[in-house]
Amino acid sequence: MPVFVDIHNVTHVYARAEDGVPAVQNLTIRINEGEFAAIVGPSGCGKSTLMKLATGLQFPREGAVIVDGKEVSAPVKLAGMAFQNPTMLPWRTTLDNILLPLEIVEPHRSRLRRHKAEYVAKAESLLEQVGLKGQGHKFPWQLSGGMQQRASLCRALIHEPKLLMLDEPFGALDSFTREELWCVMRDLHAAQKVTIILVTHDLREAAFLADRIFCMSARPGRIVAEREVTFPRPRDLEITYSPEFSELVHELRGHIAQARKAA
Amino acid sequence: MKTKNQLAIAPYIFTIGFFLLWEIACRVLSISSFILPTPSTIMLAVWEYRSQLAFHAMHTLWMTLAGFGLAVALGLLLGMLLGSSRLINAGSYPLLVGFNSIPKVAVVPILVFWFGVGWVPPVLTAFLISFFPIVVNVATGIATVEPEMEDVLRALGASKRDIVFKVGVPRAMPYFFGSLKVAITLAYVGSVIGEQNASNVGIGNLLTRASAAFEVPLVWAALVVLAVLGVVMYAMTAYVENAMTGWAQRSQMAA
Repeated sequence: MPVFVDIHNVTHVYARAEDGVPAVQNLTIRINEGEFAAIVGPSGCGKSTLMKLATGLQFPREGAVIVDGKEVSAPVKLAGMAFQNPTMLPWRTTLDNILLPLEIVEPHRSRLRRHKAEYVAKAESLLEQVGLKGQGHKFPWQLSGGMQQRASLCRALIHEPKLLMLDEPFGALDSFTREELWCVMRDLHAAQKVTIILVTHDLREAAFLADRIFCMSARPGRIVAEREVTFPRPRDLEITYSPEFSELVHELRGHIAQARKAA
Repeated sequence: MKTKNQLAIAPYIFTIGFFLLWEIACRVLSISSFILPTPSTIMLAVWEYRSQLAFHAMHTLWMTLAGFGLAVALGLLLGMLLGSSRLINAGSYPLLVGFNSIPKVAVVPILVFWFGVGWVPPVLTAFLISFFPIVVNVATGIATVEPEMEDVLRALGASKRDIVFKVGVPRAMPYFFGSLKVAITLAYVGSVIGEQNASNVGIGNLLTRASAAFEVPLVWAALVVLAVLGVVMYAMTAYVENAMTGWAQRSQMAA
């Protein structure tokens, strides 16, 4: 499979960093097209920086970021994003929130008005896929946290992005809701050929969802370990209770513990 | 349900109670009506001077609304500008604050030099005194868009303009309508100050003439009319706020 996101030997220092310590240093990471990659690491290791670099919200001080064969020099326009905070706009209904990216991205932007019905149908089918069928007319603040997060996933996917960036999207949810959303995410990934980069603190989440897991060191962040996850797909939640799964999580935990100690 | 009813009638009970206390205090302590007339004397004066008061009040209302309208239009524009550019915000804030700190009474003479006595100084005073809270509130609403939301849109290739109009401006609306309640009362103070110093009509002018002639009941009657008009205008903006930004008023506290 071709490489889709290629972050090569990147060092990045935020302009506003007071101590001048790089957020990431000599970071190299390659993610294949259609792959589900997870990035885990201790807090403050520059995981969010990596997301901003891959989407062109930040440009590296050194090294190169290549997405879809092109060096990133502006926001990439083909990315969808979801965060721990669902960031729904309270004055729009859930459906209108989901349609928001279409008001920005071409070619949808100029087509939206005339092909509204087609896009609404698409949004509704996405809502159905995440288990929110018929809830589009509600305002986001009428939905629970888990439901808002599902809607936020729909918003990230509505414009058929080639790259989906998830920054601890399930971090604020209770464990049952979280596991439900893991399955939603698993099915969305299976249904759409989208490359996913998931940044998370939750090692079980990474192990359940990802094809490959990258462990980052503490700041300045680098990749300290890379691990293929070979469980066959489609995966059932039951695998999270298998000894192989526990072993994998344990191994990852070892890497993180070491990274924390090194800091 | 019981608390709801109590809340609904509370404003009337409190207002009537306030005037009753005032009336009783004046009579029991036999305060001279030159110092503090009783509410009943004032109401009689309002009735006696009703046509004069109505004429001047209408004029003041016009001055206030004109100044307020100007403040809304320019305040929105300036607020959007300040909210969307950190450079303009940082650069112009000291100027704005300095300007806002000048008591507007002190500006009225300058307005008279420029425009003479008439309707222009009260309108401009109302505008000058009321546009600042609108600017600050709109700018704050736009400048405090969640960084995640901005990232979501920028990663899609949204321009600064897209972000300001899709997220910033709607988000600033509760701030904007909230500031209107402050601005309308300020505009009102402004137009009365303008009229007192640079107009031949309006409640402000009436006040100046009545106090010069020691017509104490008329002075008090004018004050009462001012207060009533102020409450009415405040209630109107509060109603507009409710109608426009219901989505922002969903907390248990507001319910």
